[in-house]
Amino acid sequence: MKFLSRHPIFILLPILLIVVWAGGLYLSGAKAVFLWTDVLVYILVLSISLFAISSANKEHLRDPWRQVVRHKLGMASLVVLLIYVLIGLLDSVHFRLALDADKQTANQEINHESEVLSVLDILVTPIRVQYEKTYSAPFASHLYAKETVEHSDGTRAREFPRLEFGGAHLQDPDKEKFGDIAVKSFTGLMIGLVIWSAITLVIILGYCRHYRSSFSENLNLVFSESSGIPWRVILGTLLVMCFLMGLAITLAPNYHILGTDKVGQDVFFQSLKSIRTGLVIGTLSTLIMLPFAVMLGIMAGYFKGWVDDVIQYLYTTLNSIPGVLLIAAAVLMIQVYMANNPEMFETDAERADARLFFLCVILGITSWTGLCRLLRGEALKLSAVDYVQASQAFGVSGFKILWRHIQPNVMHIVLIAIVLDFSGLVLAEAVLSYVGVGVDPTMHSWGNLINGARLEMAREPIVWWSLLAAFIFMFALVLAANLFSDAVRDAFDPRLRKQ
Amino acid sequence: MLSYIVRRSLYAIPILIGVNLITFILFFVVNTPDDMARMHLGMKRVTPEAVEQWKQERGYDRPLVINSAADGSDKFTETIFFQNTVKLFAFDFGRSDAGRDISFDITERMWPSLMLAVPSLIIGLLVNITFALLVAFFRASYIDVWGVILCVVLMSISGMFYIIGGQFLLGKVLHLVPISGFDMQNAFKFLVIPVIIGVISGIGSGTRWYRTIFLEEMEKDYVRTARAKGLPETLVLFKHILKNAMIPILTGVVVVLPLLFMGSLITESFFGIPGLGSYTIDAINSQDFAIVRSMVFLGSVLYIVGLILTDISYTMVDPRIRLQ
Repeated sequence: MKFLSRHPIFILLPILLIVVWAGGLYLSGAKAVFLWTDVLVYILVLSISLFAISSANKEHLRDPWRQVVRHKLGMASLVVLLIYVLIGLLDSVHFRLALDADKQTANQEINHESEVLSVLDILVTPIRVQYEKTYSAPFASHLYAKETVEHSDGTRAREFPRLEFGGAHLQDPDKEKFGDIAVKSFTGLMIGLVIWSAITLVIILGYCRHYRSSFSENLNLVFSESSGIPWRVILGTLLVMCFLMGLAITLAPNYHILGTDKVGQDVFFQSLKSIRTGLVIGTLSTLIMLPFAVMLGIMAGYFKGWVDDVIQYLYTTLNSIPGVLLIAAAVLMIQVYMANNPEMFETDAERADARLFFLCVILGITSWTGLCRLLRGEALKLSAVDYVQASQAFGVSGFKILWRHIQPNVMHIVLIAIVLDFSGLVLAEAVLSYVGVGVDPTMHSWGNLINGARLEMAREPIVWWSLLAAFIFMFALVLAANLFSDAVRDAFDPRLRKQ
Repeated sequence: MLSYIVRRSLYAIPILIGVNLITFILFFVVNTPDDMARMHLGMKRVTPEAVEQWKQERGYDRPLVINSAADGSDKFTETIFFQNTVKLFAFDFGRSDAGRDISFDITERMWPSLMLAVPSLIIGLLVNITFALLVAFFRASYIDVWGVILCVVLMSISGMFYIIGGQFLLGKVLHLVPISGFDMQNAFKFLVIPVIIGVISGIGSGTRWYRTIFLEEMEKDYVRTARAKGLPETLVLFKHILKNAMIPILTGVVVVLPLLFMGSLITESFFGIPGLGSYTIDAINSQDFAIVRSMVFLGSVLYIVGLILTDISYTMVDPRIRLQ
């Protein structure tokens, strides 16, 4: 993959994206909104890119990554993760549209809608705005509950009314629905196939440029897996994901493919929006506290003495408070604080986002202690190593040794901790939302989705689709993250590498 | 040994002071009692008199740290810090914001929590160790590879789905046992599903964890010796590896033993078991800060007890370790 990382497209693409973004804002009169977590997500993307560039030049970092790249399950899950990340990133670019011309005031200033939208919202506009009255099952054409309907001849009857949007294009849903879904699915699969073929073509052409060899040779290289990268598994997973995307593209605007919830909102849309929440909690929670955990951990292990005592005291104290209770206490306090200071936030989205941000910080505070302890132990070991002792003998200052010698040698532990924590944090979000101390109730998240659906289990017939949606989306993400983190751990943990 | 335990217990005091300082700052400094009163009484149209009365009923009308109006030692005791934070050290939890005696509630609700947590722990331990031994016995074969993948799959399912699915399957479809509720007399009937679900949801991570312990043990010299002298693999596994692997397994269990009192938040509230877990959730939902504060303190005490017990259990199961 080395040839890919040097390609000019990696410089041109971000510039192009920023230009398109700025141009779009200017032309539509919309106002960009930078939520707190958005900014952190951008910083995160930037630092990951920098990390990737710097490790591409270092053999000791490139080697474990090569091992990850050869790991079949790891790469398959990476494909799934990347698609989640793509959706999450699209959902992290926010803006407020300008109000319609007739609602503008006379002065020069443009007024904006109070609703904060993201690029993802625009892409999936049909399912965002198509509200039904209340529950409806996946692919249903009729509402879940009976209503009194007035027919054209004036008679009234208690029956299941037609949905306003789901299957609304059909004349007689009972007869036509099956055929319509089949046709649309087929088109969707074809669209998926086209997208997949395009991506595959780009990969093969990339190889062609790199090796300066013929197309058929590289086609063979990719599909026989002789390059060492498990392309068959990667492209197979990608094909499945493309099929799913194609199906969503053709079916979602015409049907509620995962049903609607109590207020009639499309569950598929909610699940898509929840992706960003899950990813933000999974990544930012670890990363916000990461600098502290690394610094304190290696300081405690290297300086020993009173520094060690203080830092150990700090993390034992934090650790001894049961995590959920500390989170609950802190979130309750923030809730009270935000309720008393409503003027701090311009829009609802900003308020919900601030709460998400605080939740990440608190989750970070409760979870950094484990990493800190690990790093302290490792730094203790490293402080007795020859090259560290030699630097000490030469009179190199303590902090310089920490930065030059200790820090690079504990980074694999940090990396493993980040990927291992991710799935746990995504799962924790659901539990916290259930307890009532998770993300804002107005924010889309899998926890809120489960929480809303949980009470409907007692209904007859049972409302199962919200749970199913949350289950599928969460399970796919957490499973992919778990499998990928295993691959990363196998590659980076020196104890496992020996085997 | 005894002096070690005493010393360790003394170490616990600064930690508990730290915990109490954190809770004090969180509950009384970040938000003043006035904020809390307004939150409880509804945000809008609250008269200052109502706020004062709410604070007075709960003793939050005292000054935070130093009461300059009082004389002598009352200067320090007639304060929120002393009344609501320092008194926790004597396990005097006081009254909840709703007016109930917290200590009484805790002793009452401890038993259902334990009745759920102890069987879950023991059965879970047995099941996980059995599976882990099985997987470790067939290590580096397809059974091992697929066993580990299955574990990862099981780990990737949120605990809430285990509970919802289990309730639905066992209670609603099969009508075997009541879905939720509790009754001290025939507790068994109500505890069957929670325990089963608790065990199943832990299989994934538990089996994987014990498998790594067994595999780590398998690489040691004594195992090679045992194999070299011709012992059959089953005997090596059960007689040598299992025995030695019990050290990390047991000490891992001892840490969580005291915390069993706290109960399980999610399981208890889903099944309507009146334990300490659902007590905590109810307190969080009704924003009863006095209970949350007490539970934070209780949880920290139990955690520290767990740490001390771990150290002691190390010496009991592993004679190579001596405490100084």
